Amino acid sequence: MPATTKTNFQLVSNGILNDNPIFRLALSMCPAVGISTTVMNGIMLGIAVLFVQVFSSCTIALIKDHIHPRIRIPTYTLTIATWVTVIDLVLAAYMPAAYKEMGIFVKLIVAFAIITMRLEVFACKNSVPASFWDGIGMGLGFMAGMVAIGFVRELLGMGTILGYDVLGFRPLLFFVLPAAGFFCVGIMMAMFNYMELVYNRKKKG
Amino acid sequence: MKILGRKYLLLNILLIICLFLIGGCKPEHRFVKKTAFKDTNKIVIEFAGPVDETWAKNRSNYTACEKPDPDIRLKIIDVSLSADKKKATLVFADDLNKNQPHVVTATKISSEGKSLGTAILNVKKFYLGYLFSILIGAMIINNFVFTKYLGLCVFFGVSQKKSTAVGMGITFTLVIVASAMMSWFIYQFVLQPYRLDFLQIVVFIGLVSLSVQAVDTILRKVNPLLFKAFGVYLVLVIANCIIIAVPLILADNEYNAWESLMLSLGAGLGFLIALFLMSSVRERLELANVPPTYRGLPIAFVLAGLFALSFLGFSGMSIF
Repeated sequence: MPATTKTNFQLVSNGILNDNPIFRLALSMCPAVGISTTVMNGIMLGIAVLFVQVFSSCTIALIKDHIHPRIRIPTYTLTIATWVTVIDLVLAAYMPAAYKEMGIFVKLIVAFAIITMRLEVFACKNSVPASFWDGIGMGLGFMAGMVAIGFVRELLGMGTILGYDVLGFRPLLFFVLPAAGFFCVGIMMAMFNYMELVYNRKKKG
Repeated sequence: MKILGRKYLLLNILLIICLFLIGGCKPEHRFVKKTAFKDTNKIVIEFAGPVDETWAKNRSNYTACEKPDPDIRLKIIDVSLSADKKKATLVFADDLNKNQPHVVTATKISSEGKSLGTAILNVKKFYLGYLFSILIGAMIINNFVFTKYLGLCVFFGVSQKKSTAVGMGITFTLVIVASAMMSWFIYQFVLQPYRLDFLQIVVFIGLVSLSVQAVDTILRKVNPLLFKAFGVYLVLVIANCIIIAVPLILADNEYNAWESLMLSLGAGLGFLIALFLMSSVRERLELANVPPTYRGLPIAFVLAGLFALSFLGFSGMSIF
């Protein structure tokens, strides 16, 4: 892929819609299933991923000319690991409650395929500003996916949104169960597919 | 020189691993030889040399708690010392829950008038059944895929065919045991003594990539046939979050060598089980009439949800 010609806005919207990490690329599914029980969790982990993605994209875009192609993957991994350590320590120091809620998943950002993939596909071929916007788009896309799943699960499972009581009763307690994450993601993916199908049919006329 | 030959390479490696496992089971303080549970409400601490009676008999020198709740101090009602002054027995007011590891702190151990510093001791039930329960726990009760939701990318990626699923599962088990033991070693003997805990993510991910590369090279040279069968999966192993989660869990819980071995083995075998179950169902699914919008990943997710629900039935189960 040659250097991108897209505008910054296109880069961001690409991450949120066309290449949504969770629903379209189907990468980094573990947190999407594991801790998407509430909207707040989704936002917190989304912010963490956003930071790691943006910082490591920028770092790689900065030093891309000095990386030997044969050792590029270890370089990416170490860069990501460094930024994850930073985020991990910052969260543990300033937001201990949220950090405890997310458990091991903050540390596991290091193994999220989406970040490595963006570095490999985008950041190592593009300038720093473009990589920055691409990182923002991907991070926001991930956050949007997490929030969407969290919204459904929190509303159906506990009848609340962000902790505020909306429905006043608990429609389907089942959705609080961790296993419901799989169902939720599966059904939402199917909905995305359906929307695409309808959209394409309309386009054809 | 024959014993150093290629034929014995595997044996030698095994021997080294065994030695290092035995070495890994030492308690945490140089002056403490052994700690163990006794009866229903006693903990025995065995020292390397005689300790001072006045120190040993003073109850306020010891604090004890269950590892998960360090805030709840267990009440010690009596301390007795054996005749050779090497064995102190702590008697507790209530019965101890032996399924939980306990932490006993002995402040300023004093022996023959000298102070030997404070010892923080982990007291655990040590017998094969306990290790076995860790293994089964990681394998089935707390299956990493279905109850902890880790390693899903690879799980959905390679569970289309039974043969690939088994190949991936076996490769993964081998690599995870090797890398988890290495990370355990580095964590216990390098990171912790030098207070470099904050580097654990960087070090562990480096170790994992290293061990994947090592297995790749060794397998290519030693057994090309096996490499042909399993080489493709090695690249995927590193994309699996379980392989980085296990060393982190080991470091968090401060498991000893045997427990680490069991947990990593259980994690690997659990992944193999999950992959095998899933691939068996997905092979059948090829023949089923699935609605077009659900084809591919969405239906796989719903399936995994059903599996997760059934695995929920194991939760809370305890063996022994």
